[in-house]
Amino acid sequence: MSLALSPQEQAIVAGQDGAGMAMRIVAESARLLGAPRLIPIASAHIDGALYHGDSGTLFAERLVEGGAKVAVRSTLNVGALDLMGCSRIRLEEPQRGMARRMMEAYRKLGCEQSWTCAPYQAGHRPALGSNVAWGESNAVVFCNSVLGARTNRYGDFLDIACAITARAPDYGLHRPENRRARLVFDVSGLSPSFLASEIAWPVLGSLYGREVGNAIGVVKGVTGHPGEDALKAFGAAAASSGAVGLFHIAGVTPEAPDVATILAGPEPEAVIRVTHDMAAKARAGLSTAAAPKTIDAVAIGSPHLSHDEFDSLERLIAGRRLTVPIYACTGRHALALLEKDGRRKRLEASGVVIVADTCVVVTPIMPELSSGVLMTNSGKFAHYAPGNTGYAVLYASLADCVESAVLGNPVFTDIAA
Amino acid sequence: MSATAEILVPGKAGEGEALVLTAPISFWGGVDPKTGRIADVRHPQHGEVIAGRVLFLPGTIGSSSASAVLMELVHNGGAPAALVLHEPDAILLLGLIVAREMGWQTPIAVRLDRGAFDAYRGGAVTVAADGAITVAV
Repeated sequence: MSLALSPQEQAIVAGQDGAGMAMRIVAESARLLGAPRLIPIASAHIDGALYHGDSGTLFAERLVEGGAKVAVRSTLNVGALDLMGCSRIRLEEPQRGMARRMMEAYRKLGCEQSWTCAPYQAGHRPALGSNVAWGESNAVVFCNSVLGARTNRYGDFLDIACAITARAPDYGLHRPENRRARLVFDVSGLSPSFLASEIAWPVLGSLYGREVGNAIGVVKGVTGHPGEDALKAFGAAAASSGAVGLFHIAGVTPEAPDVATILAGPEPEAVIRVTHDMAAKARAGLSTAAAPKTIDAVAIGSPHLSHDEFDSLERLIAGRRLTVPIYACTGRHALALLEKDGRRKRLEASGVVIVADTCVVVTPIMPELSSGVLMTNSGKFAHYAPGNTGYAVLYASLADCVESAVLGNPVFTDIAA
Repeated sequence: MSATAEILVPGKAGEGEALVLTAPISFWGGVDPKTGRIADVRHPQHGEVIAGRVLFLPGTIGSSSASAVLMELVHNGGAPAALVLHEPDAILLLGLIVAREMGWQTPIAVRLDRGAFDAYRGGAVTVAADGAITVAV
């Protein structure tokens, strides 16, 4: 089926301005995807404002020069700089200037200065069933799965193009029939104590992503709502290890009151029965460092820490002085609450480095070390830190991360799967 | 050995040594945007450089910034000579679509079943502007 544009859309496509460029990008993507038409969207989350090189800055500035403006609510994902001045970014000129120009261009396009990969915890929560165009893999999976709004995984540049045109290709997860589960990911064989532990969600997310790839699955065997931060960690890990854009958890996520309701057919195409061994292997696979004696840093907050996660961090540190820094990445929405009651100062006095607007795997913040070891409780950091920072990774719970940061050497509490 | 592949994004015909990936890759975090080197330590082709190669991709995973990494490689001269994808990946190929809008010369991207990839491994491969893939033996 070929793409049919409305007369109004065709007129915009022919334009030499920024809106024309944006509409051509949306239409060309739609053609590539085999979408028959474009549909209106209610909001966008823009992942394109992170500096990867000069090309992205030049693109955003071309849109600004062409007079483009976003036509729907558009929040911004992380940038390459900490505009709040909490942490020191080691990005040098001329890259630093180009990164700043890029962030400025997206502001001029009318985007909200949210600078977070957890916009859904910063007040941007589209309604169940609404069509939106979101970028950033963890935000996409949360938006689809936990909020039940409909988005595909929008790549850099298409997200802003959709925001400017207020349209998206009618394709994939925008269509209800494509949102149903074909696989069952059964965790009922795991112990209740493991499922109740903090590491269960990032570990299972990492395994889920690897097992299902880009298929849609429903998780079975979860009793009770694990909390929004757990779902955030599951989705982020799953979207790092696989191309997961939507998951369901029976009895927990809004489109899956039970397994039968969300399955595409009477029977699933496959059932993945998660065993103790599979969970233990997935957990071990998140670490790349082989039994190091010391660690150089702890990084948490991918996705960005919520207010509740800062509560846990503060409780676990309990006023102690850290031997190695904990880089705590968050958005300005959470920072505002931390500033209010002097908590930011207390955390920083302990040795926590608060990183706002950005994070340690997208821009150089941690010192460059030839054989650095980073401990993290984030499945996403565990996945990306070795390639992006050069640090080897040790994966552990937040409690173990904090104890290790206090001592300077890795501490693991045994949590049996 | 030759095949005619469907053109996903038109572009400059390319020739180079084939680099057949044996596992899906996330361009962001998996490929260095400055050098085109595969930086993902868990990837079987870790350390290989995609610049100037005919890159065979069995699949892509991970971040939605793949397009930005590919466009940056186009802009700084580190892009593959041609891309051969098992299935169209709108996120990755957007990097080529936007680069074309910017007026930069982009490599051709075509579609070929990954079952056919093995025949090109290690060969000097040409992808013509009409999508014909040939390998010198």
